[in-house]
Amino acid sequence: MATANKTPVLSVEHVTMRFGGLTAVSDLSFEAYPNEITALIGPNGAGKTTVFNCITGFYKPTEGKIALRHADGKEFLLERMDDFRIAQHARVARTFQNIRLFSGMTVLENLMVAQHNKLMLASGYTIGGIFGSGHYRRSEKAAIDLCKAWLEKVRLIDRADDPAGDLPYGDQRRLEIARAMCTEPRLLCLDEPAAGLNPRESEELNKLLRAIRSENDVSILLIEHDMSVVMGISDHIVVLDYGQKISDGTPHHVKTDPAVIRAYLGVDEEEEEKDALAAKAVAEALGDQA
Amino acid sequence: MTAQDVAAPKAHGYDWTAIIKDLIGTAIVSLLIMVPMVAYKSVITQYSLVLVSRWTEVFVILALILGTRLAMHLFVWNRAPSPVHASAKPAGPAKASLSERIGPWVFPVLVAFAVTLPFIFHFERRPIDLGIYILTYVMLAWGLNIVVGLAGLLDLGYVAFYAVGAYAYALLSTVYFPYWFGDGIVPWAFYITLPIAGLLAACWGVILGFPVLRLRGDYLAIVTLAFGEIIRLVLINWFSFTNGPQGIEVPKATFFGLPFKAGPGGFADFFGIQHDRIYYYMFLYYVILMLALLTYFVTNRLRRLPIGRAWEALREDEIACRSLGINTTNTKLTAFAIGAMFGGFAGCFFATRQGFVSPESFVFIESAIILAIVVLGGLGSQIGIVFAAIAIMGSFEMFRELSVFQEYLPEGTDPVHFRMLAVGLAMVLMMRFRPRGFVTRRQPTVFLKERKAVSGDLVKEGHG
Amino acid sequence: MEYFLQQLINGVTLGSIYGLIAIGYTMVYGIIGMINFAHGDVFMVGSVTAFLVVLGLGLTGGSGLMLILVALVLVAVIAMIVAAAYNWTIERLAYKPLRGSFRLAPLISAIGMSIVLQEFVRVNQEGRPKPIQPIVTGGYEIMTRVTEAGEFIVRLTNMQILIIVSTLILMAVFTVLIQKTSLGRAQRACEQDQKMAALLGIDVDRTISVTFIMGAALAAFAGLMFFLYYGVTDFFVGFLAGIKAFTAAVLGGIGSLPGAMLGGLVIGLIETMWSAYFTVEYKDVAAFTVLIIVLIFMPQGLLGKPEVEKV
Repeated sequence: MATANKTPVLSVEHVTMRFGGLTAVSDLSFEAYPNEITALIGPNGAGKTTVFNCITGFYKPTEGKIALRHADGKEFLLERMDDFRIAQHARVARTFQNIRLFSGMTVLENLMVAQHNKLMLASGYTIGGIFGSGHYRRSEKAAIDLCKAWLEKVRLIDRADDPAGDLPYGDQRRLEIARAMCTEPRLLCLDEPAAGLNPRESEELNKLLRAIRSENDVSILLIEHDMSVVMGISDHIVVLDYGQKISDGTPHHVKTDPAVIRAYLGVDEEEEEKDALAAKAVAEALGDQA
Repeated sequence: MTAQDVAAPKAHGYDWTAIIKDLIGTAIVSLLIMVPMVAYKSVITQYSLVLVSRWTEVFVILALILGTRLAMHLFVWNRAPSPVHASAKPAGPAKASLSERIGPWVFPVLVAFAVTLPFIFHFERRPIDLGIYILTYVMLAWGLNIVVGLAGLLDLGYVAFYAVGAYAYALLSTVYFPYWFGDGIVPWAFYITLPIAGLLAACWGVILGFPVLRLRGDYLAIVTLAFGEIIRLVLINWFSFTNGPQGIEVPKATFFGLPFKAGPGGFADFFGIQHDRIYYYMFLYYVILMLALLTYFVTNRLRRLPIGRAWEALREDEIACRSLGINTTNTKLTAFAIGAMFGGFAGCFFATRQGFVSPESFVFIESAIILAIVVLGGLGSQIGIVFAAIAIMGSFEMFRELSVFQEYLPEGTDPVHFRMLAVGLAMVLMMRFRPRGFVTRRQPTVFLKERKAVSGDLVKEGHG
Repeated sequence: MEYFLQQLINGVTLGSIYGLIAIGYTMVYGIIGMINFAHGDVFMVGSVTAFLVVLGLGLTGGSGLMLILVALVLVAVIAMIVAAAYNWTIERLAYKPLRGSFRLAPLISAIGMSIVLQEFVRVNQEGRPKPIQPIVTGGYEIMTRVTEAGEFIVRLTNMQILIIVSTLILMAVFTVLIQKTSLGRAQRACEQDQKMAALLGIDVDRTISVTFIMGAALAAFAGLMFFLYYGVTDFFVGFLAGIKAFTAAVLGGIGSLPGAMLGGLVIGLIETMWSAYFTVEYKDVAAFTVLIIVLIFMPQGLLGKPEVEKV
């Protein structure tokens, strides 16, 4: 989907991240467009989660600029903002590689916590809430309705009152996504949402993400290794290797880019064997002649 | 290697070599511990320092230890092991449904009992005193519970807020109020100071909380401990302000201006009843009861509000909280502030009950005991804390009663001296056998269809 | 200048004592990730035991030098063995069953143990501190300055020499122990990764027990030195000394042995200088404040490595 004329929702410009002597990300620039799914892929250690952490404010990039633009024109410079302010004001939500749910709280409570800032305001910073203000009660009810809607969407409504820690793995992943969506974000960052899912669950994830993209006014940025997910739903793919961008474009473009194939998708095993045998034959032939 | 590994293989017939080796090892370690500490006691006599030997006690205790261990080998450790896991699982479905059935009744029954306590015990002073004593600790533990139990912030210096409240009352009622408003204000000082004490303590909560925001776990604990100690040391040494170790005498509280004394203008005179000293104690009792209930209801309310949920979410996973846009700095500071506020209220009460404040009442061990009550309560549960407070402070006081048995013990020992030792021992044993506390399930604050309790295994305890 | 020099000497002496205790804290924290709250009280037990043995031997300052030294070695050995027994038991009873458990439980358990130790000694020995006549006496006058107020003599006492020298010897011995022996390697392996160490055949339990024993021995020796230096000891010295030694361990970098000694020296100097140049009453406040500042601004300490939390 060519979207070159639209203003990007996220602009990463010349971002570099250094940890002491190690450069994890080097001069990275890319853009993500509104209502699109952008995938960040690359071999392990390529720096993808580091980029995420820079975007969501858990790391401060050593160099570079990260701009987030809302539809109404407001722009936020993420490289200078605190992590929670990025979530609160710039409306960037994220999930984590290792699932960070509130395991001792119920599914419903998890989603309610996501609406904290909205509810805090409605409760008059707790004062109104203590005295049982009607305004707060109505807001709480609206919040619960939003939770219910998302639980229906991720098909967890029957488990609303169960502890989050009791859910099976796939359900927990979906819950984390639902929780992120309850913050009503403009950009949803998903860190390996398909990790550990079987093919059926991955297909359901695809359906969910496509639904989110079309029904909610949100852009999605995702890190993923599962190619069926990446190729299945991405509008735009950015490929990293050793902290640098090696390809950027549509799924078709990336799939056929030789740089990507070399670095990440790898040569077909049979091809590799053929190459190796050929090389050996050549070497022997040369050896004979020497 | 535990004794289980040693004796387990045989279901019948004992591995005597192993048992004897274990007993010898126990004897050696026990002797090292008791000699010379128990065996010789240093006594200051008229002329010098001498050592008094008490080998009989040593051998008696040694025999007790060896006997117990042998009994354990023969009867307990030899059975098929029912392992005592560190993370104690909830006791299974049968118990759960019992506690779920009686759950909703526990609190009302406790309140009813508390309200009628003076009447049940025929207006005797001792039970009312005990009630005041336990309720004070319950309230302190409920206050600390907000910080430790709900928000998961490890605070070992809570006694500082208790001190702030107490000294606020002491200084305001004896120095500043009379100076600013004249002596007529003194009978009302308690009521006026109560909210001020809470406010001051809350401010200190924020001041103390601010520097420690980035600290976790053990380090947070130590720093809060250090703060608590600094406050105590300042109270001892800032003579001109706090009167140092001598302390400050404070006026008794009045019944809304009516002093509890015999004669005209007093409480009894106003209500046309016979003056009795017990009325003052009953008044104090109901004041602390109401303060405690206030703490309880406010905390419960807060749990169901966004701030309370944010506290618990903070305990579960701070990074996830931040990723949801929650300003965890504010969350932590509010927890400190509100927890401190209740400590301040309790301190103000304590000052008037005791009639006297001095830095001695605010030592680290108090913080440790309050923390132990919170942890023994389990999972931030307020009801659990009530039972924990009764268990710990009750047994503490009980040792006083045991003075009766003094005649049976070696001369000079008074069970009262063992109180503190018992508390320490209780803390160790409690954690050994019930590291998560009495209550093992957490009640959610909001539900769609039914309120299902969350098992304690899933609930984190927070790292600060 | 002379005054400063005297404070320097005093500070280094005090710092050596703190350093020896701090090593115990740092070793235990390094290997099980827990603060042994009762460690300060193990120091106290060593100190009180030394006191009892000295009293029992009837050792006084009047006995000959050789006799005193031999007797002190005996006292040291006894105190170290007794303290080791205490720390070993504490580990077995209060920490080992809670290994791998939640954080709060071991902390409460540790605090409980600290209380038990204090009270145990108090019940057995009575609370009042009991002073004795100094045993190691004499010293050297380094410098003298005559002022209008009189003479000020900088003194280096034999006791101070004893403390500093024996601390140096112990440090050397323990450093060799940690770096060169298999026990030391086992300890360092357990510090890095307990599970892996166990899989490689290291007896983790035994290594941990030995760590506790070693820490206790050093603390007990410090206790003996403390008792000889001040001439008095009682059941409560463990609390303050423990906090200060813990401050020293953190200041130097938790997990680092040289750091613990360095931290100890710094704390000892701070406390001495503060008492000398400002107020004596608030010297403990100074120590606590240093602790707070270090933990907030430099939690990895002087010789430690900063920790980065993985998101």
